[in-house]
Amino acid sequence: MVSEATNTRKKSVLWDWLTTVDHKKIAILYLIAGTLFFVKAGLMAVLFRIQLIAPEMEFISGQTFNELVTMHGTIMLFLAATPLIFAFANFAIPLQIGARDVAFPFVNALGFWLFLSGGILLSISWFFGGAPDAGWTSYVPLASREFGGLGIDFYVLGLQISGFGTLISGINFIVTIINMRAPGMTMMRLPLFCWTMLVTSMLIVFAFTPLAAGLALLMLDRIFDAQFFIPGEGGNVVLWQHIFWIFGHPEVYILVMPAFGIISEVVPAFSKKRLFGYTSMVFAVLIIGFLSFMVWLHHMFTVGVGPIANSVFAIATMTIAVPTGIKIFNWLFTMWGGKIKFTTAMHFGASFVPTFVLGGVTGVMLAMAPVDHLYHDTYFVVAHFHYIIVGGIVLGLLAGLFYWYPKMFGHKLNETLGIIFFWIFYIGFHLTFFVQHILGLIGMPRRVYTYLEGQGMDTMNFISSVGAFLMSVAIIILVINIIYSALKAERITEKDPWDARTLEWATSTPVAEYNFAQTPQVRSLDPVFYEKIHGNGEMKPAEPLDEIHMPNGSILPFIMGVGMFIAGFGFISFHMDLFISPYVIIAIGGITFFGAMAARSLQNDHGYHIDKETVESMEKELS
Amino acid sequence: MADSVDVNKGLPANPEKATLDGKNKFLGMFVFLAGETTMFATFFGTYLGLRSGTGSGPEAADLFQLPLVFIMTMLLLTSSLTSVLATFAMKKNQFAKLKLWMWITFLLGATFLGLEIYEFVEYYEHGLGYTTSAFASSFYTLVGLHGAHVLFGLAWILLLLLRNRKAGITLTNAPKFYAFSLYWHFIDLVWVFIFTVVYLMGIGG
Ligand code: HEM
Ligand SMILES: [Cu+2]
Repeated sequence: MVSEATNTRKKSVLWDWLTTVDHKKIAILYLIAGTLFFVKAGLMAVLFRIQLIAPEMEFISGQTFNELVTMHGTIMLFLAATPLIFAFANFAIPLQIGARDVAFPFVNALGFWLFLSGGILLSISWFFGGAPDAGWTSYVPLASREFGGLGIDFYVLGLQISGFGTLISGINFIVTIINMRAPGMTMMRLPLFCWTMLVTSMLIVFAFTPLAAGLALLMLDRIFDAQFFIPGEGGNVVLWQHIFWIFGHPEVYILVMPAFGIISEVVPAFSKKRLFGYTSMVFAVLIIGFLSFMVWLHHMFTVGVGPIANSVFAIATMTIAVPTGIKIFNWLFTMWGGKIKFTTAMHFGASFVPTFVLGGVTGVMLAMAPVDHLYHDTYFVVAHFHYIIVGGIVLGLLAGLFYWYPKMFGHKLNETLGIIFFWIFYIGFHLTFFVQHILGLIGMPRRVYTYLEGQGMDTMNFISSVGAFLMSVAIIILVINIIYSALKAERITEKDPWDARTLEWATSTPVAEYNFAQTPQVRSLDPVFYEKIHGNGEMKPAEPLDEIHMPNGSILPFIMGVGMFIAGFGFISFHMDLFISPYVIIAIGGITFFGAMAARSLQNDHGYHIDKETVESMEKELS
Repeated sequence: MADSVDVNKGLPANPEKATLDGKNKFLGMFVFLAGETTMFATFFGTYLGLRSGTGSGPEAADLFQLPLVFIMTMLLLTSSLTSVLATFAMKKNQFAKLKLWMWITFLLGATFLGLEIYEFVEYYEHGLGYTTSAFASSFYTLVGLHGAHVLFGLAWILLLLLRNRKAGITLTNAPKFYAFSLYWHFIDLVWVFIFTVVYLMGIGG
């Protein structure tokens, strides 16, 4: 039944990466794309921090400022943080659960190409008369057809396409974690990163779908003259805010949960202790995931939905602090009495905890509905969410980068440069954002492109901008580190360079394309650590060595991404004067997309087998 | 892991879930439909919020015709039933029956879609354009999205039937037919809600 055609045909490097369905390679694609978007959005922030460095600057115009702020926020959340999380999820999940790949390798690749084509679609808005400028929240009526320019169309369609990619990747992770676990890897032995990714993926399934609906409504309003958000013919502007935040609040947890997971891997590994309160950690994640759908109204306290609704949502918001507090204490107790090794990853892991607490405290402050009228739409909110996003998510991702780098690339990042990077980044971060709390309290509104002299804001804005420059310097040091280590660092071949605990460290370095020659038998939480203490340090196999079934690569995901890109551009072109009709472009894109989809479903692709001898010789070579 | 199942003694009792691949498709489909549910819920919410926003256009009670919608409902419910019969046939390894019931499902679905198009044209002629009012936009979007799902389902099953017309039931195509029938039930369920929330509430107040 299974086709015997093996995949040994030599492929060019480019073709190999365009057609890959290997989760480890897709992880690297996500890592590269996410980093590029991160750098791009970071540069935008530097530009508008230059504009704000002194009162009444004229470095960029108000319009450009709005576009930069909008793109900065949108890219950071959807096109930088999300793919960077997916990079680590793709790389680590199958390894941590002892699987050969994800459940749907094809869908995995498709998710990446859709994310990328959506991201590129959003980015080319600059060349067509300007980027979106209504904020990452794109509130109507500012973003409706009457007031919002062409850029908003790029926002709507770019996010729609990349969001679809995110959604199917989320589904893939759920099925992978539930169905693909190695024997003995029960749910309560699942590494915490897998748990957080499971919950994150569920949030994606339930939050990105309302977003898709909301974006569709906005698109229909803007391009096909529907009346959803136009008050004249019965539409309602507040509806957009509800839909957006029903998505938006879970979204912030979609981003921060994986960071929780990474920290829960890094802290035990470098404290040489098992994670304190594993079970309570799991339940805290589940409760936070659930509650995150119950609090969206706290973004709308000032809209005027009434005191009862405000109170209910204020209290619901504050309850999130309880499970979050549990997690904080568990991390602290994990470090307590541990033999802590301050590697770069651990610097990021340990500093995550206090920084995130600061963001949580301001979150609870914001949740007090009556006082929120003072803070709302000021720099206090900006400070709050950057303490969470940079102090939480980015620190977590950087910890993950330094931690998993040797497994992904076969060498460590330089530790000295890493620690210099950490300190400059950390100091820059606090300089940038701490003063913004005070700026907000004295009344500086967010998303305003300049301010007057003599209102007590000059010094703090100056400090904030200097902090932003420091963070950029830090990122440059990281880039230097990556290049330097790629050229100079010693290649490692040992499986477990950090003396860590979870299953990914039982694979060879670099990881073979089939991950595990024999599926491992898991006997405990922290299986690798368990075997070091109770076994001979090697995982026990759960199956005899045999031929290995692998999925075939395919170019179709890439083609489907291109198809979606063309179709999305077609929708946008309704508002452009092009020489071909939008319908033609949409048809071309649609046919490409659905044609490739049909081709895939007609194909009956059974993959190929690596025979036993090849596996044996590959294993010998790797060890 | 059980990638391969011994089929020498005939198909296993649940061919759709016998392989790991089949199990993955099954779970993946469920998760996907959970997501679809929240997406539809958002459109339902939008419709409920905007259905009194008729502006200067016609209202629901002026337009909706219960007999037509009733027939459509019956067609779709029956097609859901026939897809169940098809999966029963699949589990008993009766390929001809499977195909027959799936073709009937297809025809019922296609008739439903035809009636829906007729319905929309009718409303349009009574002055309910897509851009007439918030009610109009949200009605056409919700019901039209459901229609688009029906259309996608029809294309899907057509492709499956043509591709597998001679294949017999295998461990490869059983999960595919099964995934389709899950999807088709879901569409049916959404229609039941549309029938209640849009049409019955539209006529009854
Ligand atoms: C854990 C991850 C979190 C992230 C990523 C996050 C992120 C954000 C973001 C991006 C905003 C600004 C939204 C906008 O553009 O208007 C925001 C606002 C807000 N956050 Fe958080 N937040 C998190 C946690 C919390 C917590 C734990 C609380 C409360 C206990 C909280 C309460 C609030 C409130 C009340 C606002 C609205 C403030 C206003 O607009 O007046 N957040 N958050
Ligand atoms: Cu929130």
